[in-house]
Amino acid sequence: MVLPGFSRRRVLEAGAALGAAAPLIPTLTLRGEQPWAPNRADPPDAAEGHSYRFFTTAEAAFVEAACERIIPEDEHGPGAVKAGVPFFIDRQLDGPYGRGERWYMRGPWAKGSESQGWQSRHGPAGLYRAVIAAIDRRMRQDFRGRAFHDLRGDDQDEVLKRLEAGRLDLGGVEGKLFFETFLQNVFEGFWADPLYGGNRDMAGWKLIGFPGARYNRSDWVSRFNEPYPHPPVALVGRPDWNRS
Amino acid sequence: MARQKPVDVVFIGAGLTMSIMANELTDAGLNVLALERGAWQDTSTDWSTAYDQDELRYMWRHALFEDLSRSTLTFRNDPSQTALPMRKLGSFLPGTGVGGSAIHWNGQIWRSLPADFRMRSHNLERYGASAIAEDMTIQDWPVSYEELEPYYDKFEYVFGISGKAGNLQGQIQPGGNPFEGPRRREFPNPPMTMSYAPTLFGKAAAELGHHPFPAPSANMSQAYTNPLGVKMGPCTYCGYCEKFACGNYSKAVPQTTILPALMSKANFTLKTGCEVLKINLDSERRRATGVTYVDASGQEVFQPAEIVVLSAFILNNVRLLLLSGIGQPYDIRTGQGVIGKNYAYQIMSEVNVFFEDKLTNPFLGAGALGVAVDDFNGDNFDHSGKGFIGGGYICLWTTGARPIETHPTPPGTPKWGAEWKKSVAHWYSRAVSIQCHGGVTSRRTNFLDLDPTYKDALGRPLLRMTFDFPENDKRMSAFLTDRAAEIARAMGATHVHPKGPQIPYSIVPYQTTHNTGGAIMGDDPRTSAVNRYLQSWDVSNLFVTGATTFPQNPGYNPSGTLSALAYWCADAIRSQYVKSPGPLVRA
Repeated sequence: MVLPGFSRRRVLEAGAALGAAAPLIPTLTLRGEQPWAPNRADPPDAAEGHSYRFFTTAEAAFVEAACERIIPEDEHGPGAVKAGVPFFIDRQLDGPYGRGERWYMRGPWAKGSESQGWQSRHGPAGLYRAVIAAIDRRMRQDFRGRAFHDLRGDDQDEVLKRLEAGRLDLGGVEGKLFFETFLQNVFEGFWADPLYGGNRDMAGWKLIGFPGARYNRSDWVSRFNEPYPHPPVALVGRPDWNRS
Repeated sequence: MARQKPVDVVFIGAGLTMSIMANELTDAGLNVLALERGAWQDTSTDWSTAYDQDELRYMWRHALFEDLSRSTLTFRNDPSQTALPMRKLGSFLPGTGVGGSAIHWNGQIWRSLPADFRMRSHNLERYGASAIAEDMTIQDWPVSYEELEPYYDKFEYVFGISGKAGNLQGQIQPGGNPFEGPRRREFPNPPMTMSYAPTLFGKAAAELGHHPFPAPSANMSQAYTNPLGVKMGPCTYCGYCEKFACGNYSKAVPQTTILPALMSKANFTLKTGCEVLKINLDSERRRATGVTYVDASGQEVFQPAEIVVLSAFILNNVRLLLLSGIGQPYDIRTGQGVIGKNYAYQIMSEVNVFFEDKLTNPFLGAGALGVAVDDFNGDNFDHSGKGFIGGGYICLWTTGARPIETHPTPPGTPKWGAEWKKSVAHWYSRAVSIQCHGGVTSRRTNFLDLDPTYKDALGRPLLRMTFDFPENDKRMSAFLTDRAAEIARAMGATHVHPKGPQIPYSIVPYQTTHNTGGAIMGDDPRTSAVNRYLQSWDVSNLFVTGATTFPQNPGYNPSGTLSALAYWCADAIRSQYVKSPGPLVRA
């Protein structure tokens, strides 16, 4: 039996049109063989373009400055900004993750204990928008009109540490939850496959010596205490491979 | 409502236990249908090695896991709290689609100990009544290790498990686990090629007088053709097992072991995109008439069947029993009822180990590549005076150290910033982690029921989970962590960093997908939902599979035992039930 030629994304869109009550998976009856069709695949969606789609100018300025405090450039290699982490986060917030599409986002809403996890009405995108705006307001109050990105590095770290500890008064906005999410997103942006816009030139993988998408490591399993010599590989190849 | 033609057997959920049982029952000539709410998926199309190794997509954006926007559960630590929705995945990662959670497992595969099957009686006999805490509701299993042994064996050969036997028909074998129950023959495949850090762990553990062995693995140590004629390839140690599907045909999952044989049969039908809403009962509510499902058009359909098998993963299984009104729901106030009772989990801790002088290269890994010691599992050691029963295994696994998830730094290092960056650059390839995989006992206040407030996308009540680690298991976990730290120090590590479980239990950090209980097996219908053949006491043509039947959770990953039970259940259906439908056990 040959599967219909539609892509999974189009199936999901069609299902969404039927409303939340209908399952989004096609109903197929399979008997006698396993379905297969040539050239069908489900490759990832690469980040496209160069300019921000989600971040406002003010948000981008905050995110770029904050990212670079989390992972600064140093003698070991690029920091978060050069590695494309802000761009990665922008594209993530602009997509299904930012919208919390695979999360349960129905009410009623209550605060919850630490064990009960995320209870914010916001998905990630909404949380970034709300909290960064609140941080900006806080900065202008505490630092006489200056924005986060205008501060000295030490002061920026101090702000981030207070945010991390839940000690930055943002008038009820969820600063601690934002920082946890932001930190996680920075690590994702630094170490995810470069096709998502971060980990530019595999800078994150090169920093730690991670082989990336290499699939056959069997020759090295029993070589004890030897440096692994092969450079990392990404899902869409390695820059060195592009020779003119 | 549309009505389909009757079938002999309908399975709810097309995962691991369906694959096992449907293959057996179709061999016996039965006409079998499996209904799966998710999609068909397969190695060549969906898990290609061209894009399978994508930590963001699979681990963090949950591409293979359940979509919580359609259905989730609510959670609280104890009955005095209000349960709130698990809005995003964390602690456990239920699957969806054909193959279910078995697609994205690591492949760590165990048999329970003989004494595990008699946890209550055994501990009473050895340690007396004081060993069993007042609120501990552990029970003996109504089946023994000896009865299940042939079914463990059958499963291990279908799944091509790589390992070294420790007990062959009562004879202890060097190089294997001396504590395991007797097995009739060796593993079908030899142990995997062992990586560096587990080798160091094994050496240190042996020096301390423990009994290390290569952990049994469902990653193929060599090319293998199983008894069904299905072929798997040798593992390439790519380190993308857990949370990922294997693109290499070298991890045993339903698609690489059973489905090629099952799907070719004329008497087996699989329908995807069909979500079962309930199990239908006759007017006396003693017999299932079939199931009602909704398909992609939104239409409700009735599917009549002679036998219904509820094989939808523990959380969905319990919810469907409650939504269908089958069995008496557990009532925390009275202690009566069985559906939802004895929910349990796994208590996990770890010791992070750092070597200034050794390159551990933790990315050379596979899901079940490790060296373990079982000296502190079950009742393998004298618990006198320790204040707890039960235990767990300690294993140094090298499963791939994908960096978003795994970027350890020694204790005292800041969590981000300039100093952190230098530290992670230095230590990533010099660090590994020893895992303590502890069992969880059942407790009166750990249970599942229906939430009074929150609903799924179809407007039905969500499952409510009430759970925290029992005191017994917290003490056991601390003991296990100390033993692991001793081994770490004996390895000559530069830094040893023990990390206990988050207390109280939190739904946030990933731990395991080893949820158990809620429709437990037993020999008394007042304290169990199914009998020793996984047959419902209330509805004799209904069988319930999976870890939901575990009375409590031993200190092992559950897939081996639940798979053996699936073979055992299928055998009971084909050799007993079909010949004489009705209750297989007198209550």
